[in-house]
Amino acid sequence: MKKRPNYNLILGCIIAGLTVGMIIVGIFWTPYEPTAMSGGEKLDAPSLRHLLGTDNFGRDIFSRVLEGARSTMLIAAAVVAIGASVGTVVGAFTGYFGGRVDAVLMRFNDMLAAFPSILLALVLISLLGSGKTNVIIALGILFIPSYARIVRAEFARQAELDYVKSARLMGAGHLRIMFVHILPNAAPVLLSSIAIGFNNAVLAEASMSYLSIGVQPPDASLGRMLSDSQTYLLSAPWYAIGTGAAIVLLILGFGLISEGLGDSRRA
Amino acid sequence: MKARKPLSLLLAAALLAAVFCGCGNSTTTSTGSAADTGTADSTDGASEQTETVLTGEPTYGGEIVVGIAQDLDDSLDPHSMTAAGTREVLFNVFEGLVKPDTDGNLIPAVASSYVIAETGDTFTFTLREGVKFHDGSTVTVGDIVYSISRAAGLDTGEPLISALSVIDSVTAADDSTVVITTSEPYIELLAYLTAAIIPEGSDPAEDMIGTGPFVFVSRVAQDSIVLEKFDDYWGEGAYLDKVTYKIMEDSTSLIMSLQSGAIDLCAHLTASQAAELSGFTIYEGTMNLVQALYLNNASGPLADVRVRQAICYAIDSQEIMDFVSDGMGVAIGTAMIAAFGKYTVDGLEDTYAADTEKAKELLTEAGYPDGFELEITVPSNYQFHIDTAEVMVEQLSRVGINATIKLVEWATWLSDVYADRNYEATVVGFDASALTASALLARYVSTSSKNTFNFSSEAYDAAYAAAEAATDEAEQTELYKECETILAEEAASAYVQDPCDLVAMNSELAGYEFYPLYAMDMSKVYYVG
Repeated sequence: MKKRPNYNLILGCIIAGLTVGMIIVGIFWTPYEPTAMSGGEKLDAPSLRHLLGTDNFGRDIFSRVLEGARSTMLIAAAVVAIGASVGTVVGAFTGYFGGRVDAVLMRFNDMLAAFPSILLALVLISLLGSGKTNVIIALGILFIPSYARIVRAEFARQAELDYVKSARLMGAGHLRIMFVHILPNAAPVLLSSIAIGFNNAVLAEASMSYLSIGVQPPDASLGRMLSDSQTYLLSAPWYAIGTGAAIVLLILGFGLISEGLGDSRRA
Repeated sequence: MKARKPLSLLLAAALLAAVFCGCGNSTTTSTGSAADTGTADSTDGASEQTETVLTGEPTYGGEIVVGIAQDLDDSLDPHSMTAAGTREVLFNVFEGLVKPDTDGNLIPAVASSYVIAETGDTFTFTLREGVKFHDGSTVTVGDIVYSISRAAGLDTGEPLISALSVIDSVTAADDSTVVITTSEPYIELLAYLTAAIIPEGSDPAEDMIGTGPFVFVSRVAQDSIVLEKFDDYWGEGAYLDKVTYKIMEDSTSLIMSLQSGAIDLCAHLTASQAAELSGFTIYEGTMNLVQALYLNNASGPLADVRVRQAICYAIDSQEIMDFVSDGMGVAIGTAMIAAFGKYTVDGLEDTYAADTEKAKELLTEAGYPDGFELEITVPSNYQFHIDTAEVMVEQLSRVGINATIKLVEWATWLSDVYADRNYEATVVGFDASALTASALLARYVSTSSKNTFNFSSEAYDAAYAAAEAATDEAEQTELYKECETILAEEAASAYVQDPCDLVAMNSELAGYEFYPLYAMDMSKVYYVG
């Protein structure tokens, strides 16, 4: 039987590649300075001069979307890095050893997961103070439980498999078994949850900036721009649409990748 | 099933984006209201909208629906209400011995005339004949003595209106004369005698009976308030028969309701909100707010007057107005709102006409040739102030000052900035609670607990103290003007503007007038015949 190409994965990679590529270009070059104001060009409609139009300060929305997407993505990446690495370690130990440590850590995990994440982030932010770094820390902590849970389940399952038992008979140490033998086998699950976690982080960062506790103006951030744009929803719809579309594209690519990875695992 | 997933993901993402846009909270309904439209002359961009005021014969009758952003939930007692939104509605129901007119003067209301003794501590009021309460009874001197005593807390020892605490006694000299004496000379007391006159022995929180042009009919919490015309009003009565206030806390739905015709009149709109409307008459006034980049005079480089002056030179008020409100608003140069014509010192707004070179020179002189870091704390619920701050960051960067914005919750702002003075700079607006200059200037006295700016000037303290103690109004006004000039010269803060306040009205209506206080006078609004 001929294998069906994994359209999700391919499409996802194309979209993600394009968006990430544009963001990388944006680091070195944007059509206009993202914070440069221009009084004569307030809320101009999209044109060849300004691809996505201008905002209420006459700033080029396309340039700001590029800059905003960059900071949003960097924050999301940092959040996922914290969440996934700590989550993996916690999940690996609890899943592999089980027992009392597992019970305690997982109940703590449940506790963290029981609160709505935005609420918990707000609490953390009010303790730490607003700003980029603190948003990363707060969201990073919030992302730990979901990874810990996924990795733990995978480790608990794999620990009973024959290859692990053989390794143990050969005298391999616990750490070696966990991170050299089991981890690579748990990678597909981990990768697809990293991709979807990235999406959640993008949305979470946008929500944070929307609530004005993330990236501070006049620096661009997709969430912040979305919140600013709503005043002009009727008179300058391109402001909200351009920004919203950027968020959609950003998460669509990674969403499809995650989906595709899931498909290939099941196939 | 598999094919559908990406689609549902896309839909979910689109939905989320839509939700983000949709769930905006109303941000711009702040403090302040009315003003003299005439003073707002720099309205190039907006003039096309504001010119369409109808002229036509006023007709009596009809009813309108007014959209307001908040319920009257602080107190319905006219002596203890504090919320500006409550004051502007009840302005139509209650009146004092005197009341403000549209120019900020105090005109006799329940009293027909008054005399202030030369010593500045005795006020004699003559009762106007035939003033009726909404319940039909005639106002007597007993009602006045009761109302003023109640507001000043003469029996309880706890004044409901704190400025009235200087009152020593309120007595009825005869059937039509009331004498008020104060413990020390205080001619500004008059501004606070706008306190509502209510029937003797009544509790206004229970039954709201006043003497104003409208009768309070009903209130449904979080929904609406209904006023009806008072036929026995002593003065020129209202044109409209009925006014219904509809509470719309969400600014987006407010605009939608206006556009759909469900609401006839709405005040306190921003330029961008007004730009979304079509087919409405837009009235332009000022908000009676002193909006500025307030500087903590005790913080780092800002302690140097040259640095503060440099910041003033860097900030271009007109450019800010162009960006945040289509050029509307009135530039100011000191802590005085535009509508207080009496206290206006001409030319102060030009003390620091935008000049990048001069700003750089001053910075170099003060030892900061390469500028410095400045953190501007802005309350996150006021989009208008955030927008202003964004323009300021740009302007300050031109003279080498690297400014950053820090958004904080309103409660945090109140505790950290306003109370603890733990900040470098902030953008907000201060309003006047009464028709006196001291309402705006008192907070700059170096020992004042409300001196959020840590401003300290001996010359200012002396001028202010002399003004407070003055018993002659003209002399007092001059002294207050001196205070204003000192604030400008010392660059206490970088004063920007009295922001524009826009009122959108159904184009069949006319007659709306602005006051230098928070008031929405419905008695002057009429349908054009």
